[in-house]
Formats: sequence, C-alpha cells, structure tokens
Amino acid sequence: MSFDVSLIIEALPKMLAGIGLTFQLLVLSAILGLMLAIGLMLMRISGKWYLSWPAQVYIYVFRGTPILVQIFIVYYGFPQLEFIREGFLWPIFRDPFGCAIVALTLNTGAYVSEILRGGVLGVDRGVLEAGEALGLSRPQRFIYLTTPIATRLALPAYGNDIISLLKSTALASTITLADMTGIARTIVAQTYAPYEIFISLAIVYMVLTFFIQRMLGRVELFLGRYTRK
Amino acid sequence: MTSSEPLIQMQHVGKHFGDFQALKDINLNVNKGERIVVCGPSGSGKSTMIRCINRLEKHDEGKIIIDGIELTDELKDLNAVRREVGMVFQSFNLFPHMTIIKNLMLAQRLVRKTPKAEAHEVAMRYLERVKIPEQADKYPIQLSGGQQQRVAIARALCMKPEVILFDEPTSALDPEMINEVLDVMVDLAKDGMTMICVTHEMGFARSVADRVIFMDAGEIVEEAEPETFFKHPKNDRTKLFLSQILSH
Repeated sequence: MSFDVSLIIEALPKMLAGIGLTFQLLVLSAILGLMLAIGLMLMRISGKWYLSWPAQVYIYVFRGTPILVQIFIVYYGFPQLEFIREGFLWPIFRDPFGCAIVALTLNTGAYVSEILRGGVLGVDRGVLEAGEALGLSRPQRFIYLTTPIATRLALPAYGNDIISLLKSTALASTITLADMTGIARTIVAQTYAPYEIFISLAIVYMVLTFFIQRMLGRVELFLGRYTRK
Repeated sequence: MTSSEPLIQMQHVGKHFGDFQALKDINLNVNKGERIVVCGPSGSGKSTMIRCINRLEKHDEGKIIIDGIELTDELKDLNAVRREVGMVFQSFNLFPHMTIIKNLMLAQRLVRKTPKAEAHEVAMRYLERVKIPEQADKYPIQLSGGQQQRVAIARALCMKPEVILFDEPTSALDPEMINEVLDVMVDLAKDGMTMICVTHEMGFARSVADRVIFMDAGEIVEEAEPETFFKHPKNDRTKLFLSQILSH
C-alpha cells in the first residue's frame, strides 16, 4: 500500500474550509449546553423532588443513549411530528445545522450538569457556614462562595467534556453537514484514499485539541491562583 | 428591651440528631460583657450549644432569645441575630478564593451594605488590631494557621457584633501558634467584648472567664467562677474531666 503525500497537501485546505463549521458547532453547543447544565444542576440540588426528579430522568436518558442516535432522532424523527412542523421552532429543526446544535446541546448539557454538581458538592461546608454566620443569605452564599469555588473544582472535568464535544461535532457530518469530517468523507468518496485523508483529518482534530488544552490550562492556572502558596 | 435583660437567654433548650439527644434542658443566660468558657469531653454538646445560638443548628425544644429577638424560622429575625453574633471556627473557614482584605470586606458590603471605602478602612483597622495588616493582599493559604485564625477573628469583628462565639479556636493550631490567637482573644476580653468560648485552654479560662461551664452528655453539669471551678469542683464528672486534662 502506498501513502500519497500530495493527496494530503491537496485535501488539507479543503478540509480546513470546514473548520469554521466545526467551530460553530463546538462553541454554540458548548455555550447553550452550559446554560442548560446550570439549570439542570440547580434543579438537581434544589432539594425539591418535583425539580430534582425531572432533572435526574433527563440526565439518565441523555447519558444512557448514544449521541449519534440522539442526532438521528432530532434530525429524522422530529420533522415527522406535526406540532414541530407547525411550531415556532420549525426553522431550527428544518435545518441540519439547527438539529446538530440541538442534539449536541441536549447531550453535553446532561454530562456537564453532573460535572457542575460535583464541583458544588466539593465546596467545603465550613466555608459556607462561615458565610452563614456572617449573615450572608442563601443566594449570596451561592453567588459569592459556592460558584467561584465550584467553578475551579469543576474545571478539569469540564475541560474533558469540551474536548469530547469537539469530537462529537464530527457526527454532524452524518446529517449532511459539511464540517471537517463531512468534507473529508466527500473527498474520500471522490479519491478512494481513506487512509491519507482520515489520518490527516485526525491530525487536524489533534491540533485543535492541543489549543483547547492550552487554553483550559491557562484558565485553570488563573482560577487556581489562590491554591498556591 | 431593658438593659438589665441578658444578651443571650437559653431556656430549656433541647436538640436531637435523629434519636441522639445532643442537648438536654440547657438553661443559660449571658449578660453583656460577660466572658463564658465552655468545656467538657468531646461529644458533650459544647459545639452544638453555641451553634444553636446563631442557628447553624436548629434547637427543637425550648427558647433562645438573643438581644430580645427569639430564634425561630423567621428569616428577618435570623438575619438580625446573625448580624449581632460573630463566630470563629475551629478550622478558620476563611473564604479560600478571596484575599484577606476581601474576606474582611465581603459581609460588610453584602450584609451591612457598607460603602467600599469604609469597608476597606474598617477591615484594615481590624487587621491592624490582630497585628497582620501586611498580609491584606495575600490569600488564606499563604498564611500560617495562627495568622488565619486571627484573620477569622478580625472578619467577625468587622461586623461589629454584640457577642462572639468561639468554637475551639485553637484546637487545629500547632502549639507554637496557640498563644498568638489567645493573645488576641484576651485583648478582646479586656475591651469588654461578650464572648462564649468552647475551649480546652484552661489557662485562658482562668485568666479571662467570668464563668466556666462544664458540659457532659448534652447537659450543663456545673457552672462556676473559674477560681471555684478549678479548685473546688462539685460534680464527679467535672472532677474526672479536670483530672484528665490537668494531670500533665
């Protein structure tokens, strides 16, 4: 078997044309997913069963099913429902990009909410008691004590999820989107050179991961500034 | 309220953790300016008792009245009480993510609504009082245990409380740091601060306490002036306890 370097040189710029879409999928679903996750986490720790139970069921369903299946359900399944076709969200579900964002958001939201919950549970009870003894209200303790401390505690696991999400965006190519993986698959179909193309695609993801890792490392250093003697 | 009324009144206070009775029929009055030392074996309910005073624990029997306000689930009253009652913990419990000065300013800003400049000034004044103004911009982890506990005392003082509760403030400290914290506490006592201290520092009890309270199995077993308490304990459980802690 031969390895055709010129093919890679030719294919790389084409694949990189999809980097914008990959990035849009990553950033949008990370932001929306984080908002969803905060909501779910607050429901989960509210101590009220009628908030906690739905959140737990949600988390179970979305962690218990493959993300590819979730993408297919949103993309192929939802348009079959009349109320979705006639609802105000139809412009989103009609569009494969919208479907990918929805599916990725719903999925990452479930995982991240548990990561955040881990951070919140990791906050020292004594610190919160000190706040209580000083007269800080519950919301004040949550905003000024729990949130900043939990954020630092949750960051390493959260970074893991962001990197995982980057690679999940590749699944968007299965519903016609021309992200980097989508473009790579088209090139493979034209050139019959899966080896060269997919290897170089893999390297592109690794380079992206490298930059995300470095960025997360910086954030971690900043948030952890008070943990160093 | 009249000025002769005690600052803290505990009347027939009881507290259960499940089936375990942590406090039994506690009756205690503390007047303004009084210094009370609470001692007793571990698990005797000392910490639980003082934690009930600022409602970190809820009592389930009897009444607790602080400066004329009865402790109930009423949030407004609770906030009023917590403004009057400062607390210093065994494990310091400074806010780890904030610098020392911010630790001292946070509650002033949020609870007392003190303007920033004034809160800063008050914070610096109390840092000077506990003799570590130069540490203002450090994080808690960069300070020694003794320094952290002094910051915790300053943080409580910034709220200008009527009374400060000390929950074993020197138990987590290395021996060489105990005195610097006790010095600050003695200093406070001299200034007339009302204090309730759970502590095993008997030297401190002897020199500053107006009354020593001995607790065992959730009850106040004995209550006396330090002189009487140490020289002529009445109760057998007190005698046993004193012999155990004073024998070395």
